[in-house]
Amino acid sequence: MASMVALILISILVVVFWGSLESMGRYGLNFLITSNWNPVDDEYGAFTAIYGTLVTSLFALVIAVPLGVGTAIFITENIIPLKVRNIIGLMVELLAAIPSVVLGLWAIFILEPLIRPFLMFLYEDFGWIPIFSTEPLGPGMAPAILILVVMILPIITAIARDSLNQVPIQLRQAAYGVGATRWGAILNVILPAAISGIVGGVMLALGRAMGETMAVTMIIGNSNVFSWSLLAPGNTISAMLANQFGEADVGQLSSLMYAAFVLMVLTLLVNVFAQWLVKRLSLKY
Amino acid sequence: MTATSSSQSAHSNLDICLSIQNTTISYGDFEALKNVFCDIPRGQVTAFIGPSGCGKSTLLRAINRMNDLIEGCSLKGRILFDGADLYAPDVDPVEVRRRIGMVFQQPNPFPKSIYENIAFGARINGYDGNMDELVERSLRQAAVWDECKDKLKESGNSLSGGQQQRLCIARTIAIEPEVILMDEPCSALDPISTLKIEETIHELKKSFTIVIVTHNMQQAVRVSDTTAFFNAEAVEGGSGKVGYLVEFNDTDKIFNAPSQQATQDYVSGRFG
Amino acid sequence: MPDLGYKNWQKRNIVNRLLSVLAGLFSFLCILPLIAVLAYILIKGISTFNLDLFTKLPPPPGGEGGGFGNAILGSIIVTTIAALIAIPIGVGGGIYLAEYSTGRGFSQFIRFGTNVLAGVPSIIAGVFVYGVIVSTRILFGNTFSAIAGGTALSVLMLPTVVKTTDEGLKLVSNDLRRAALGVGASRFVTVSQITLPKAFTPIATGVVLSIARAAGETAPLIFTALFSPFWPNGIFDPIATLSVLIYNFSAQPYDLQNQLAWSASFLLVVFILALNLLARWLGRFASK
Repeated sequence: MASMVALILISILVVVFWGSLESMGRYGLNFLITSNWNPVDDEYGAFTAIYGTLVTSLFALVIAVPLGVGTAIFITENIIPLKVRNIIGLMVELLAAIPSVVLGLWAIFILEPLIRPFLMFLYEDFGWIPIFSTEPLGPGMAPAILILVVMILPIITAIARDSLNQVPIQLRQAAYGVGATRWGAILNVILPAAISGIVGGVMLALGRAMGETMAVTMIIGNSNVFSWSLLAPGNTISAMLANQFGEADVGQLSSLMYAAFVLMVLTLLVNVFAQWLVKRLSLKY
Repeated sequence: MTATSSSQSAHSNLDICLSIQNTTISYGDFEALKNVFCDIPRGQVTAFIGPSGCGKSTLLRAINRMNDLIEGCSLKGRILFDGADLYAPDVDPVEVRRRIGMVFQQPNPFPKSIYENIAFGARINGYDGNMDELVERSLRQAAVWDECKDKLKESGNSLSGGQQQRLCIARTIAIEPEVILMDEPCSALDPISTLKIEETIHELKKSFTIVIVTHNMQQAVRVSDTTAFFNAEAVEGGSGKVGYLVEFNDTDKIFNAPSQQATQDYVSGRFG
Repeated sequence: MPDLGYKNWQKRNIVNRLLSVLAGLFSFLCILPLIAVLAYILIKGISTFNLDLFTKLPPPPGGEGGGFGNAILGSIIVTTIAALIAIPIGVGGGIYLAEYSTGRGFSQFIRFGTNVLAGVPSIIAGVFVYGVIVSTRILFGNTFSAIAGGTALSVLMLPTVVKTTDEGLKLVSNDLRRAALGVGASRFVTVSQITLPKAFTPIATGVVLSIARAAGETAPLIFTALFSPFWPNGIFDPIATLSVLIYNFSAQPYDLQNQLAWSASFLLVVFILALNLLARWLGRFASK
């Protein structure tokens, strides 16, 4: 029964690869760098979705890492009473339990209208920067990034918290013993000792962000027209799959499978790397 | 506890560095150590001895406010350092630890280079002299310079256990404290390393006041000038034991002519 | 007398206070979404909460009233199918890893595979089941079906169940195992009578958490279970689920449908948080 796990994993790869063969044959690697997605003419290139996947995940990571690691520090070091720390920890864990589709609903009706004035400000005052160069008109990459932040925060916080808790007490004592202040100890000794676990957690979060589907699909706008701008609607591979897979005909299906294969390879690479990092951590202590 | 009055008078003519006055330390509701009075003289080595669970390490950690790191640990009474109450409400524990350094039971070098192990503490303490010189002087004082001088860039973890512990002593010296606390510094080491550390302690006595917790009575005899003997007794109606100070006097008096029966029993090896 | 006082305006103390406040602020930002999401779901979900939601079918676009009784039933059916597939396989796999394997080579590969499978995006599980079950019409010529949806969810549940079983069993002390084997119990008797009951709570916790996760999953269902405006019609037909209903209705331009999406979210979140708290309670129960 244990081999079922391996069997499923391998069959997923085989099924997705098999399904995408036709499209791979037709477009080759050009599929990855062309951005026209046109079911009417039966011409496909996934660059828009790949760009969207990478950009939304990376921006989400840039925002979520400081927030998550900061929170983890706040609830592992004794800055505030243990009871309050436990409550914050519990709330972060419960945030992870909220279904993606519910967050998507919330993003459509609450978050996006709420942040639009701010996005407008970015467009009006910083429009000369390519990533802010279009007028925000509703769904787009920026709100998708924010909702991804919400989704990966619990992972980063949980793993950073575990890594910090694993730092031996002797090391903390050593730092405080030579007269380090709380943050002197955290920044110079505790954080460096926990860093490989934290980086592993960040990589896992990146994998999760790249594959995250529902909330992103609901708020990103699902546009196949390429734009550099974060304020414009865009697409990700998973959002494209969610949107088009059910109603796709044969040619489109193969291209969607190809896109799924790309997503699969990306997340596999990230996850394997993350596991390697986490394993290296557990060897160290 | 009858001994407390005699212990105070025994050193009234000496320069007092640390004065522990009616100190009680608790973890939550559980009292670990009760009503300790004890004056630690300057420029000497004072040993804390006693059976496991008598609270001697707890008291040691209280002296540089290391217990602040333990959730739920609280202290009643006063500990005066050169007349300043270490537990006054406005005291900055960081200031305390910069003046009262600590060497721990397990050698715990930072996972940094040997050089950085020394320099880190000094740098955060605002040392602006010649760092190379400070590193060399500290390592020399801790008698570990010869072993380290060719590999200052290597990790502190690459040293042997005894060398690591002396590196930790050097690290403490480098922040130029007035007092060095040592919490069973040799318990994880072999006899030869132990001997070297003891020699180092003899040297350090010239510049620092030293308080050492030890399990090893021979070590107390070898290194200390004064000795405090702690014992633990079962609490009425409670499940745990509470520690208290039995006797505090010159080391040779404690070991040769103790005034308390419990001390006599302990130093002659009848329990503990 | 040495000056040990805390100096408010010393640089290091200012830096420390600033960083602590910053970390506190980050923590606040971290829990803010939870509070905001729960608050809105409560406000929007509870105001129109009524019994019709449980007993009626969704209204046609532009219609009035109605509920999502079919989606509630559908969610229960699909999640049950997923649990029925994933729990036996997952617990069995976990038992193999913890009790029978040598901890080297093959089992290490399986553990690695479990972690990798846990990281596979949920939409890929949908693509996989679409490729294997839906497009091949392997199940009596049916395409989209409750059973296809349940299978897709089970792919997502499996790694969690394997992992928690494996880890739960590893926590059981080896002395207990040796004691049982020592009195002449077979491997099978030892596992089924001694270690498995002992590890029941951590395994149950893991199973409850994986069910909670599966109940809220949407992506793998969109093109496996699809959706249906009618009452469930057997497990070989398309079926409505709460999560897909939220997705579909959130995109419709009708207020009523949006309102139903909020109500469904309320129900789903209450159910999932309840399961999470149950799992937590189980865990605490175990540690006592």
